[in-house]
Amino acid sequence: MNFDLSDDQVALRDGIRKLCEGRFDMARVRRGFDRSVFAELAETGVFSARADGFAWADVSIMFQELGRALVPGPLTWSHLAHGRVDGVVGGVERPRGGEPAYLEQIDVLDALVVLDRDGVEVVAPSALADSIELDWPLDPLTPVRRITALPAGERVGDAGLARTWRRGGALLTAAYQAGMAQACVERATAYGLERHQFGRPVGSFQAVKHLLADMAVQAEVARTAVDAAACVLDDPETGDVDRAVSGAKVLAGDAALANAKGSLQVHGGMGFTWEVDVHLYLKRSWVLNATFGSPTAHAEALAR
Amino acid sequence: MDLRLSESDEAFRAELRDWLARTLPELPTEPARDDWPARVRYDTDWQRRLFDAGYAGMSWPKEYGGRDAPPSEQLVFLEETTRAKAPYVGVNFVGTLHAGPTLIAEGSDPQRAQHLPRILRGDEVWCQCFSEPGAGSDLAGLRTRAVRDGNDYVVTGQKIWCSFGHVGEYGELLVRTDPDAPKHRGISWLILEMDRPGIEVRPIETLLGSSEFCEVFLDEVRVPVENRVGAENDGWRVTNVTLSFERGTAFVSEMVDARQLAEELRPLTAEPADRRELGRVLAALDALWALTVRNVTQASRGVVGPGALMFKLAYSEARDRLGELSMRLLGRGAFDVHDERVEERLRTLSIPIAAGTSQIQRNIIGERLLGLPREKSWE
Repeated sequence: MNFDLSDDQVALRDGIRKLCEGRFDMARVRRGFDRSVFAELAETGVFSARADGFAWADVSIMFQELGRALVPGPLTWSHLAHGRVDGVVGGVERPRGGEPAYLEQIDVLDALVVLDRDGVEVVAPSALADSIELDWPLDPLTPVRRITALPAGERVGDAGLARTWRRGGALLTAAYQAGMAQACVERATAYGLERHQFGRPVGSFQAVKHLLADMAVQAEVARTAVDAAACVLDDPETGDVDRAVSGAKVLAGDAALANAKGSLQVHGGMGFTWEVDVHLYLKRSWVLNATFGSPTAHAEALAR
Repeated sequence: MDLRLSESDEAFRAELRDWLARTLPELPTEPARDDWPARVRYDTDWQRRLFDAGYAGMSWPKEYGGRDAPPSEQLVFLEETTRAKAPYVGVNFVGTLHAGPTLIAEGSDPQRAQHLPRILRGDEVWCQCFSEPGAGSDLAGLRTRAVRDGNDYVVTGQKIWCSFGHVGEYGELLVRTDPDAPKHRGISWLILEMDRPGIEVRPIETLLGSSEFCEVFLDEVRVPVENRVGAENDGWRVTNVTLSFERGTAFVSEMVDARQLAEELRPLTAEPADRRELGRVLAALDALWALTVRNVTQASRGVVGPGALMFKLAYSEARDRLGELSMRLLGRGAFDVHDERVEERLRTLSIPIAAGTSQIQRNIIGERLLGLPREKSWE
């Protein structure tokens, strides 16, 4: 029985953490995603990892760290498309019934992949001239364009590939969110120790301490679910892949959102400011809960 | 990192399944819930069968008759016996999982020789006398007094929530031997023969209408000094030594049951809201199973990770959601407690309270894992 990070995986986690601390501090993260971010992550092997022989469990560890640091960009899509569509790749699920599509990071993309019932298409960003940039996007680090009618693209994969990408995308998004949930625990705990009221750190009061404890538990359970799902994806005989991935997306999505809100509460008035980073975690968690299936949709799939 | 069991664990599983398939059909009919003499016979008979087959004391060292199984094998044992609906540990709980491990760690040679083989064979039933009406979460504030008189302690006080108090032949008894010392430093751990004069046991009727807990009244009960386990006034440490024996497996049977119950709710969920709630409960239970496997993995390496301190709180909450979902789905069918799901809903109300309330768990996580300061003490 060996369900814990191996020495190599601990080194991998620490390496990505160090990279994020050194290269992607909050000042840079707040400048948003650009080609230099992509190039540095590409050099580290974030997008080519599985082609380079890493397992899902390893890639999931990388994405947990990227989420912990809130590194912006279409990282999951670029990872999924690696080897099939080159460059900076974003993606979207084709909306049904004539609804508008909300497209992330279009201005930096080399290609947009679109998933639908029949498979995977690639749309060139130049074909999206009709899209309108939102001047007040929910997440300041996720620029968004809205397009009324998403054009058809060139088909590059069948429904089987679309399913595989949805599964991998849900796992890596969950991994990223598990990292976000953990970051919220760490940041809120640090603030609870630093902020004094009534002559004591507010984190010493049980009302605050218990909120932080609940956040810590949610983050750890989510991380465990993500690790387990990645292991099942690597070795499908050890479980039910769809069930494991949906479970991870439910728990990590719920944890990221709950912990961002918990962190906002612990930060008090400071949590409501633009200056403090809490809102960036909260807004990203909403964005990611609307990506690769909501926690609710995955929960419903689990009960079927 | 993977979710595979080793070949030897899988071999153990196969051998155990085989034994269970042969043995379970031979068992007598399970006795009624409140027929305690029959329950003692049934549970100790099961313990004897485990002993004869080499499955008693899975975690106990070999020199005391145990199997000294690695944590992963203990997990497989609990998983398979629960799945096969084998008897629970029942009245053997305190002896095999608490008092026995305490004697192994801290008992004298004569104490070990007298009790350990009998506990393992199911010849001896133990109960626990720790909590008091005024000492629950603040267990170290206990006030039952033991005054030295020659070769005896003379014990007077009241204990509550004594599991199996009315059927135990021996009790684990915590007493105050130094009323002047700081509260954690004046406690001693005694073996109490439950038939001594001055002991009165009264069953407590729980909200299930059953009585596995008792109150125990002690009126100048003489307990020989040789019954003390560990040094005088060192009982708090002795008590806490036992906890390290669980090695991450304490909730395995509970988890297997909970997952089975959740699966059985699937066909009852017609409403989308109920399906979503069931999905969230399934996700939580799957993750807690993975957390169990992780805790056991770490325990095998002698590591206590964060998950070990978090498990009980997370499990309490998941189990509560499962219980409430069962009640909602059963509707008026839940009026009959004979439905196992209803009985389980009632039984599991104790989980967030017993063995450290959820509030105490949150303090432990906040203070030991997150490093937050303790709240100002009122003492």
